[in-house]
Amino acid sequence: MNLIENIVIILYLAVLAYLGFVGYKQTKSSADYLIAGGNTHPFVMALSYGATFISTAAIVGFGGVAAWLGNSLLWLTFCNIFIGVFIAFVFLGNPTRKMGIRLNAHTFPELLGRRFNSKFIQVFGGVLITIFMPLYTSAVLIGGTEFLVAYFKVDYHLALLVMSVIVTGYVLAGGLKGVMLTDALQGVIMFVAMIILMVMVFNAIGGVDVGLSKLEMVWDKTVAPLSTVPIKELVVGSPDFLMKLSMNWGFQGWNKMPVFLSEGWLFIITTIAMGVGVGVLAQPQLVVRFMTVKSKNELNRAVLIGGIFIIAMTGIIYLVGSVTNVWYYEFNEGKNALQSTGGVGKVIPHFINAAMPRWFSFIFLFALISAAMSTLSSQFHAMGTAIGRDVFEQLAGKHNPNSLLITRVGIVVMIVISVTLAYFFDKQPAIIARSTAIFFALCASIFLPTYFGGLFWKRMTKKGAIASMFVGTIITTFWLVFVHFQEAKELGLCKMLFGVNSLLSGKNYLCGCNDGCFTSFAFNCSGCFAHDKARESSIN
Amino acid sequence: MVWETFDVGVGLAFWLMNASALLCVIYGIIYWNKDKEEKVIERKTWDKNEAKINKDL
Repeated sequence: MNLIENIVIILYLAVLAYLGFVGYKQTKSSADYLIAGGNTHPFVMALSYGATFISTAAIVGFGGVAAWLGNSLLWLTFCNIFIGVFIAFVFLGNPTRKMGIRLNAHTFPELLGRRFNSKFIQVFGGVLITIFMPLYTSAVLIGGTEFLVAYFKVDYHLALLVMSVIVTGYVLAGGLKGVMLTDALQGVIMFVAMIILMVMVFNAIGGVDVGLSKLEMVWDKTVAPLSTVPIKELVVGSPDFLMKLSMNWGFQGWNKMPVFLSEGWLFIITTIAMGVGVGVLAQPQLVVRFMTVKSKNELNRAVLIGGIFIIAMTGIIYLVGSVTNVWYYEFNEGKNALQSTGGVGKVIPHFINAAMPRWFSFIFLFALISAAMSTLSSQFHAMGTAIGRDVFEQLAGKHNPNSLLITRVGIVVMIVISVTLAYFFDKQPAIIARSTAIFFALCASIFLPTYFGGLFWKRMTKKGAIASMFVGTIITTFWLVFVHFQEAKELGLCKMLFGVNSLLSGKNYLCGCNDGCFTSFAFNCSGCFAHDKARESSIN
Repeated sequence: MVWETFDVGVGLAFWLMNASALLCVIYGIIYWNKDKEEKVIERKTWDKNEAKINKDL
């Protein structure tokens, strides 16, 4: 690193520290710490929402998946914008804000718990966040750390430790105010870096049209020949193995959708587009942001900012991810992106460092660190408040003087757990995208029906809400442990009990249809239950 | 043209992606300052009276 790079890094950290300090100075009540006082500027709110939404999991993880599976991932961008921004802000934002204020809720589980007058729902929600969110947090940590490793050529564990320590500092000090202010700054950096990236990449490969049209040729030269090679002859997890796997799943090229209803088609539509696209609506760390603004106008303005921000983030990185294949083919001895870099999670970090000038790699370093830190800080804040506010305070009694201390201790504990998971998960193929998809699907299955019912359905009962959350938890967990092939195989419990990696081994159709169905199922269960109760009382 | 390189499925996703971003921009402009609901809700007031509110709930 040269002197200028060192100075810029120190300046960046100094600004983060300053914003954390501003958050700290402005934090005088629990409402300030938990929901940023409820008077956040729409620009800060929208960028914070977007920067939290778009993490290194989206940039490094899904960018790498785009290099592997192609532009069919644009369905996710559409869902991210239409569902994650438009539906979320226009239809859910204001009801959530108003209900949060009326019920004086400070966290997402508290919102649900108070809506249904159930301490159990709040505690249960807090416990679920504590259990499942570290999975997603570790994915974000891995994504950010991979880039630090590629850029600085340092040890993975050292990079992991440094990043965790920095985020811990300003989350502990500044609460949600500090988190949102730093998020907004980081969102601006991410936006600028992504625009420059798009211009430079397409400039390097001869323009958008040329770059995209060359993808077919690269597929024919580097992937199509694998059609005659049996997958058993390929090394498991190797680039050729992954490309062959994608062909077996029904993928036909980077500019084409997989065969209709094939495993690949179901993966893109149910797991990626619907699982992640719909799952975002019930993300605890995002929902709480609706409660940080003072009127509906702020939400309306945030729609505009959020829409532009998300298309600039995911739209660009997925297109760039797929056309990295062209760049590597032309500048790296006729190999595609996976063959050149060795793994899905390594494509974007390797590409930025190999293909882009040093000054841009440096800017992108900040974009990725920003993406990682903005999401991590919000996740740690959400997990800490789940422990302090939703679990400890509910069980130990309200207004316990120790609850804020417990929240901070909770943040540190969850950071340790997340870092430990990131330490062990690093070598798993496509772990970043998979962990993200799993967490989003869990949120959709467990929280979404109760959240929707709580906002829009007066007849939804407390028992209906609890039943819905139980159904979502049990079935999603069952599916991950016993049915969905990759997760069930890794966990090994299914193999231990039943002697097979998945209860539906070989039945690709069902194995692929893994996440979206749970949401609707949980919806139906809760709906039927609540309706039944209402009908019963009307008869009586 | 960009979209001509995609098949129908990916092309549709490409167009819908752009259309949804445009929808967000238009909606944001139209409703930038249209809401006439309560502008400020003093959460700190809620904080002070949290015990009473909880009791009422």
